[in-house]
Amino acid sequence: MKARPYPRWISRLFILLAGVLAVTGFMQMPITKRYYLSDLPGMAWSANFYTVHRVHYVLAALFLLLLGIVAANWFRAWRGKLALTGFGWARIAVVAALVVSGGFRVYRNLPGVTLDPSLVLAIDWVHLIAAVLLGVLALAALIARRSAYAVRR
Amino acid sequence: MGKTKNRDGGVSRRGFLKAMGVGGAGMLLPAAAARAGEPRVPRPSDGELATLLDLSKCIGCGACVEACRESNAHKFPEPEKPFPDLVPSSRAKNEDWSDKRDVDDRLTPYNWLYIQNAEVEYEGESYDINIPRRCMHCQNPPCANMCPFGAAGKQTNGITRIHDDICMGGAKCRTVCPWNIPQRQSGVGLYKDLMPRFAGNGVMYKCDRCYQKLEKGELPACIEVCPENVQTIGPRHEIVAEAKRLAKEMNGFIYGLEENGGTNTLYVSPVPFDEINKVIDKHPLNKPVGKGLGPGKPHMGPVKDVMADETNLATATLLAPVAGIAAGILGLGARLADKEDDDES
Ligand code: SF4
Ligand code: SF4
Ligand code: SF4
Repeated sequence: MKARPYPRWISRLFILLAGVLAVTGFMQMPITKRYYLSDLPGMAWSANFYTVHRVHYVLAALFLLLLGIVAANWFRAWRGKLALTGFGWARIAVVAALVVSGGFRVYRNLPGVTLDPSLVLAIDWVHLIAAVLLGVLALAALIARRSAYAVRR
Repeated sequence: MGKTKNRDGGVSRRGFLKAMGVGGAGMLLPAAAARAGEPRVPRPSDGELATLLDLSKCIGCGACVEACRESNAHKFPEPEKPFPDLVPSSRAKNEDWSDKRDVDDRLTPYNWLYIQNAEVEYEGESYDINIPRRCMHCQNPPCANMCPFGAAGKQTNGITRIHDDICMGGAKCRTVCPWNIPQRQSGVGLYKDLMPRFAGNGVMYKCDRCYQKLEKGELPACIEVCPENVQTIGPRHEIVAEAKRLAKEMNGFIYGLEENGGTNTLYVSPVPFDEINKVIDKHPLNKPVGKGLGPGKPHMGPVKDVMADETNLATATLLAPVAGIAAGILGLGARLADKEDDDES
């Protein structure tokens, strides 16, 4: 059971944030009203596209905060002791794609920034596909009982 | 003869030298435009373009509305019927304008420009103001920024366009647009090839500022045809300066300079826009789009920058990882599980 040598709160927070980011990400599509999601108690906010968008930004900032903590620890303390698993590598690559494409989207949304429309299209689809891919990889890792990103060397 | 037929979306960004007036492209232009002073056709190198509409000149003849419809007819939807039975039927409704193509007193998928009218008393004088309405081409367009599929996008020349081959017709752009500009036609587009009953509902249509004409060095149809030279198009900084000059000259007002953080459509009027907004037939700001065929009559009230919160939050997304790294360096979360507990089997 102790397959994950790194702190449990980091894993839990990571899963929680990735989960709600995925949910608010998919809620960027106009589906919450159509499918009565926003009619559920406490979900009325999901009918407002701007609220959903801003919540996604806030969650993304928290996710990046966590990634910052993990990255600093990796290079400072863990690198010699831990080794990334195959599933770990794959998911890190996908998370990197999400971070980069998400960062581009935030940049694109700034006033005074206009990127080439075909670049924007590519960014949007990389973000969407990477999100789906992360879900698939997480599920596969879970089924294979190899959910840990890193194990002790 | 006043009709200019367009072939679709050229690659030619080089045709711009064929300016108006004499020879070449000039032959294709209606006489009205050729006679009218020298409206300069913008070039690709001009960067972000804006249009200026001098409302003191518009006589409401509707020539621009007609020209827009003719010039863009090849882009209009040709939906197949019957439409998919949408799920759930209580929430998702087909929107069909294909039998109402003649409607020209509001925005529809077949009418991207229409004339609003405002009779206003101002400082003891009465004014009859005609206002050509279409997409404002926001500088930071929420319709494009918030499109989940990248179907709506802003080009570097300031045009906001919705690509009909990618658009799913969910109409989010219409909801987030402060003026609810894009209009939906069901029964066309990508969603029909995916899960037509469950996701999407057609394609959204609006003014694309005649991108294909601009690419060829021609003026947008509505600008070219106007007998009163109501509209001018040019690099944004020039248009802003001209709008300010004109407003000063007529002791008038500008709409579009501040609205939604600035748009690439600037209206100049001799009467205040609040007065105009009070009397025009409109769909007010922030009123839900509601059922039916959606609002197609934009207001002219004040609009704050709807992306302002995102702009502020962008800083947070930049600072967050830095803060995280700092916390990590200070040792937060560094402790690994003890080796003994770490039996992997
Ligand atoms: S803008 Fe020009 S063409 Fe359009 S209604 Fe006004 S005067 Fe007529
Ligand atoms: S006016 Fe509406 S449709 Fe036009 S660019 Fe702005 S947000 Fe988009
Ligand atoms: S710029 Fe072109 S598409 Fe837009 S309103 Fe004018 S004629 Fe219509």
